[in-house]
Amino acid sequence: MLQVKNLTKIYEGNVKALDNVSFEIPRGQFLAVIGLSGSGKSTLLRCINRLIDPTEGQILWDGEDITAATPEEMRRIRRRIGMVFQHFNLVHRSKVITNVLAGRLGYVNPAWSLFNRFPKEDMEKAIKQLERVGIADKADSRADELSGGQQQRVGIARALMQDPKMILADEPVASLDPVLAHSIMKHLEEINKNDGVTVLCSLHFLDLVHRYADRVVALNGGKLVFEGLPKEIGDEKFRDIYGRDAERVG
Amino acid sequence: MKNKKASPWKSIQTGLAVLVVLIVFAYGFEITQIDLEELRSEQRQTSLQRVTRALVRPDIIEFEQEVQKANAPVYVPCPADGTIPEIPISESSGPYIVVNPACAAPSETVQVEGFNFFPNSSGPVRFVPGNDPANSVELGNDTATADAEGHFFAQVRLPGRESEDVQYIRATMRHNVGAPRFTSTAKVTWEKIIETVFLALLATVLGTLLAIPLSFIAARNLMKPVRSPLTSISLSLLGWPIGVAIGYLIVNRIGGLSASISDSIPANLLSVIIASALFWFAFRWAMPPEEIKVPGPALRLARLLVMFVGVLLAFFGLFQFAELITNISLGLRPSLGAAGFLATFLFQVSDIVRITTPALGALATGAVVGSTFSRVGQRTAEKASPASVKVINMILTAAAGATVFGLIGWLLEWLYQIGRPEYTFWGPVITGAILGFLLALVTKPKDTLPTGLVIYTITRTILNGLRSVEALVMAIVFVIAVGIGPFAGVMALGLHTIVSLGKLYSEQVESISSGPMEAVTATGANRLQTIIYAVIPQIVPPYISYTMYRWDINVRMSTIIGFVGGGGIGFLLQQNINLLNYRAASAQMLAIAIVVATMDYVSSVLREKYV
Repeated sequence: MLQVKNLTKIYEGNVKALDNVSFEIPRGQFLAVIGLSGSGKSTLLRCINRLIDPTEGQILWDGEDITAATPEEMRRIRRRIGMVFQHFNLVHRSKVITNVLAGRLGYVNPAWSLFNRFPKEDMEKAIKQLERVGIADKADSRADELSGGQQQRVGIARALMQDPKMILADEPVASLDPVLAHSIMKHLEEINKNDGVTVLCSLHFLDLVHRYADRVVALNGGKLVFEGLPKEIGDEKFRDIYGRDAERVG
Repeated sequence: MKNKKASPWKSIQTGLAVLVVLIVFAYGFEITQIDLEELRSEQRQTSLQRVTRALVRPDIIEFEQEVQKANAPVYVPCPADGTIPEIPISESSGPYIVVNPACAAPSETVQVEGFNFFPNSSGPVRFVPGNDPANSVELGNDTATADAEGHFFAQVRLPGRESEDVQYIRATMRHNVGAPRFTSTAKVTWEKIIETVFLALLATVLGTLLAIPLSFIAARNLMKPVRSPLTSISLSLLGWPIGVAIGYLIVNRIGGLSASISDSIPANLLSVIIASALFWFAFRWAMPPEEIKVPGPALRLARLLVMFVGVLLAFFGLFQFAELITNISLGLRPSLGAAGFLATFLFQVSDIVRITTPALGALATGAVVGSTFSRVGQRTAEKASPASVKVINMILTAAAGATVFGLIGWLLEWLYQIGRPEYTFWGPVITGAILGFLLALVTKPKDTLPTGLVIYTITRTILNGLRSVEALVMAIVFVIAVGIGPFAGVMALGLHTIVSLGKLYSEQVESISSGPMEAVTATGANRLQTIIYAVIPQIVPPYISYTMYRWDINVRMSTIIGFVGGGGIGFLLQQNINLLNYRAASAQMLAIAIVVATMDYVSSVLREKYV
């Protein structure tokens, strides 16, 4: 159970990215976060694993207060939260297998990282995760030799290496074509259903939301404007979320 | 809109600007003493001609030469009694010359004809003053070249050496025999250019190795997120000097222990093997590669102790390693012969290990104690109540301030030898304590301070300051520290490489894409791991490229660092220029040009291949 309570983030220059946002996600749910660009979706996801420090509010995860965690505790919290990015954020010049192994860094003793050593079990595990997302044959390629869809699979494999209880996906398919988008979303769905991993996924296209999400929260200008089931988003709600002049596509 | 109007004011402005530019250039001409009159003067032109001709004939190759000399009498001026001496006619089969006419007034020209010389030989034909045909003094600068039959004609201008006695004209004709060979200049140039190349190599390698870690703490994007509470900062500031002192003492003690069992190779070898094996086991036990659960305090303490003993053993092993290499190199040297430099290298390496180990130990202990203290401070600031943190801060920060200022005072005392403790000890200590106390008073107890930015600013300032000192100037200082020779050059170029590469590298770190760093941080990696897995892979190509660029610069610099005694070919070049020995200087310039051009080419090829 993840509880977000009265979360507010004000950036330098008095820009309010999140304004008193509160919601809850039960364990194992697939939650879609929707809203216009700049509505605070990315900030919200990054506040949950403290890549961004919230200005006010509280985030409780299974009773543990993420917002009050010390750096030492944060390392242990983060390693159970996988993250998938819009631009994949792979290290281009490293091998695919190294990128996947990087998901294990929260567990590995930093002294061993100095020598670029991972335990043998981790190496086997990395291959297994690559097999799971269907690109085990690319393990020794450089990350930038892969296509966009393949790179995002590496991103998912990296998140899976963390044995995550929760995955934060920040517009994971916004840089991909519709066919690839569905294949990536299916991977996330499969992880959500089979492993019972909670997924928070920010999305742009409503058909993807209808197809994959259990529940939806919508942000507009940093405020929570909708919380409910995907099918409850009618034309009226749609205009609340995306503005009066918006038209539905897809 | 205003600009579009063509107004007289604008024309005046343009006119004024042109005038100002003209005046600036006129003044520039005056200051830089541009004077083409100098170029036209005949004296300058002849010297220029002489030097240029010497420069295009670098002193590299010479031949064995055979010499033939022949004298012929001449009268300057013609005898007063009016008798014109006869031209002696020689029918000899050896070389001889004939002067026609056999007497002339000073600065008149006579014709000299030579017979039976070596075919195609050449050499000076000069006037020999005095009546001794064996006199080695020769005047004039006329030359002759013989044809295929060994016959030549030459015009010789007689000098103003008047005498009633007979004087002589001498032809000294030389020709090359046998295969060409390198001159001694070429040989010494070769030796020195090799020294130059290695000087640049060592300076670049040492500089690069030290510049890489430096570049991370001089990178704003890596340092900006580093913030720590005041308690942690002050404890860390207190921990560093304590740790450095303890580490230095302990490691020196170990060094003494090691020196007492230093004479036998088997003992050295055994202790190196045992020490490293024990260290390995300690490391394996105390640093498990992966841990799911958080270890308890008892286990943590046990690990810390085991690691401590392990590191002590490692230092002992390092000292024994140095002794081992010393002994091996001393044993090997007699039997190596020409490859003796390998033994010398080993000996120097062991000496470097011996000298740097205590410093390394001091720094490592300082870092460990400093970071442990800082972690204790972090925990205290997180867990204790704000009021108690405030009190703790006031005490600790005052102590830390006193320590830091006290150390600065000690440095000033050492530098300026003031000898008044109220200025160099009590003054700084009290000021530091008061400043620390005030800082703790104004800071909110749980606030974090931008430690990273402070370290970043200090590092950048030092880098920029040192970078503005030319390597040549640094070489002057190092010549005093380690004596004239290439070692001083290596130190100077190395230091300059560190600071300039440190800056260039850190700018590269600042321009990497932040996405991978964000992703790796999100997996729970700590700062060190983020640097290793997200930063380093991104900066490898620019680092290689900058290192090669620096290698280029260092080769060029090493060719002139000898001007101030820094070793390499520069000393030779300067010496030959000062001795007006332009043909030798030309050989050295040619060597420099070849080396620099080759480096340029090689580095561009490598850059294309690997970047």
